[in-house]
Amino acid sequence: MKDSMAVERETFDCRDVFAATLEEMAAADPRICAVVNDAVGSTKLGGFRRRFPERFVNVGIAEQNMVGASAGLASGGMIPFCCGASCFLTARAMEQVKVDLGYGKNNVKLCGMSSGLAYGELGPTHHSIEDLAWTRVIPNLTVIVPADPVETRSALQWARDHDGPVFLRLSRMPVPKLFPGHHRFVPGHAPVLRQGGDLTIFVNGVLVIRALQGAERLSRRGIQARVVNMSSISPLDREAVLRAARETGAILTVEEASIYGGLGGAVCEVVAEEHPVRVRRLGVPGVFAPTGSEAFLLKHFGLTAEGIESAAADLLRSGQAP
Amino acid sequence: MQSLRMVHHARIGHPGGDFSAADILVTLYLNVLRLRPTDPLWPDRDRFILSKGHCSAALYATLAAAGFLDEKVLGMFMDPLSILNGHPDRNKVPGVEANTGPLGHGLPLATGFALAARMRKAEWRTFVLTGDGELQEGSNWEAALCAAQYGLDNLVLIVDRNGIQQGDFVDKIIRMDPMADKWRAFGWQVEEVDGHDYGALLRALGSTPLVTGKPTCIIANTVKGRGVSFMENSPKWHHHAPSDEELELALAELKGAAV
Repeated sequence: MKDSMAVERETFDCRDVFAATLEEMAAADPRICAVVNDAVGSTKLGGFRRRFPERFVNVGIAEQNMVGASAGLASGGMIPFCCGASCFLTARAMEQVKVDLGYGKNNVKLCGMSSGLAYGELGPTHHSIEDLAWTRVIPNLTVIVPADPVETRSALQWARDHDGPVFLRLSRMPVPKLFPGHHRFVPGHAPVLRQGGDLTIFVNGVLVIRALQGAERLSRRGIQARVVNMSSISPLDREAVLRAARETGAILTVEEASIYGGLGGAVCEVVAEEHPVRVRRLGVPGVFAPTGSEAFLLKHFGLTAEGIESAAADLLRSGQAP
Repeated sequence: MQSLRMVHHARIGHPGGDFSAADILVTLYLNVLRLRPTDPLWPDRDRFILSKGHCSAALYATLAAAGFLDEKVLGMFMDPLSILNGHPDRNKVPGVEANTGPLGHGLPLATGFALAARMRKAEWRTFVLTGDGELQEGSNWEAALCAAQYGLDNLVLIVDRNGIQQGDFVDKIIRMDPMADKWRAFGWQVEEVDGHDYGALLRALGSTPLVTGKPTCIIANTVKGRGVSFMENSPKWHHHAPSDEELELALAELKGAAV
């Protein structure tokens, strides 16, 4: 895996591969349609609208109807990709997500764009750091946070083929390609991106590259960190968590989300019940974020290579006898 | 009568709304909807969504009368592990098209169904039944705008306007009148009927779309608890199960009316 990991540092906005893949899938399958809440530009669906106007529904600024109507479209035999800013898509329509998608088992693909802290300067109203905690508890709903353009494309293709609701949490923050072109997203499977025996870092989304960089820095200090890509939040790869607990004895979770209820929460549930070890959760620690760009906020909350290095070193120190 | 027996059996339920909706449901299932009870997922069937999912007892009794369910199953209403949950589950009950219960879900769902039929160039139609108090939920009006914008004339909304919601008369909680004007203003074609007059219901529901290019809204003026003197038009019976004695009295009145 390490050898195949690209070293190139060209970065990509995953919304571009999202839009291109969706159009390609729609060209091949007449059941695929797109539903948006007027966010045609920020979801990059202008091309889809031009090519498939009869399969493009703009419900206006109305997220409850966007998710409810998507469920109806799915019941009527379509495969709707329901796209909007993650903060509104989840919070505003959470009961529709629970009842119409999860409970009703409607085949809708929720695409939460600009998630996490992507809308940094716009403030906490537009940050979507609660979405993982909210969606992870809904039965039947698969929750995915892809790490790069390759995984974004693969997750979209998997979602198309899966008969059931999916929440794809996407970002607008540029990231380098991490995976080789043949990488396939597999639900409930967390691939190891870097081997290591001193601790394990569970991470997903735009922070994966930073976790890998943090692990490099740790390596220079003689600390070998295992880095695991937990793009599949639900279902969770419990075995990967247990292996990490047994084999490395310390776990750091890193997410562009609240430390409550998301990746960190999910990992802690498994560890606490089945193999208690020291865990530290890095993310937004139960506060509304201050004003600042996404890059500023990531640094503010220690979600950088340096911050991850320092949190890992602290975690290991805390386990040593005084 | 079946739905009241079911609510009595379960010791819980919504008999008032069951009775205001019963004539509408019977008209739809026995005379309007194109269905195949022996093939509940027949692709070309008309779709019906009970948005006021709390009136599941009336829906289940109607589904049994239409041949989707064995009448014996009705005796298990809300029993432990029964398929007949207090609110309908499409994954358990043949003939149920949507999981409803929280109010304000049916019309957005129905809008999606109607959009799907259009995208697939299918002939089937979508019908949805809401309460009048239910229309206080804002999601209905998001869907109302969308259905009108897309000119969904394959969509029919029926409002069971019984004038009562859980806590009191609708007028005393949050007034919904003038109901017809609201729908007209939102771009729907509206007709008002007596929701207990089979002839009037059949005429209205049988002549949809009322206008090409517009969604149809049929406001059915109904009486909550219709057919049982002590239940009629009383907020108490929104969510209340009858005692043994009340059940006997009610069934006697309903039987008398049916003769």
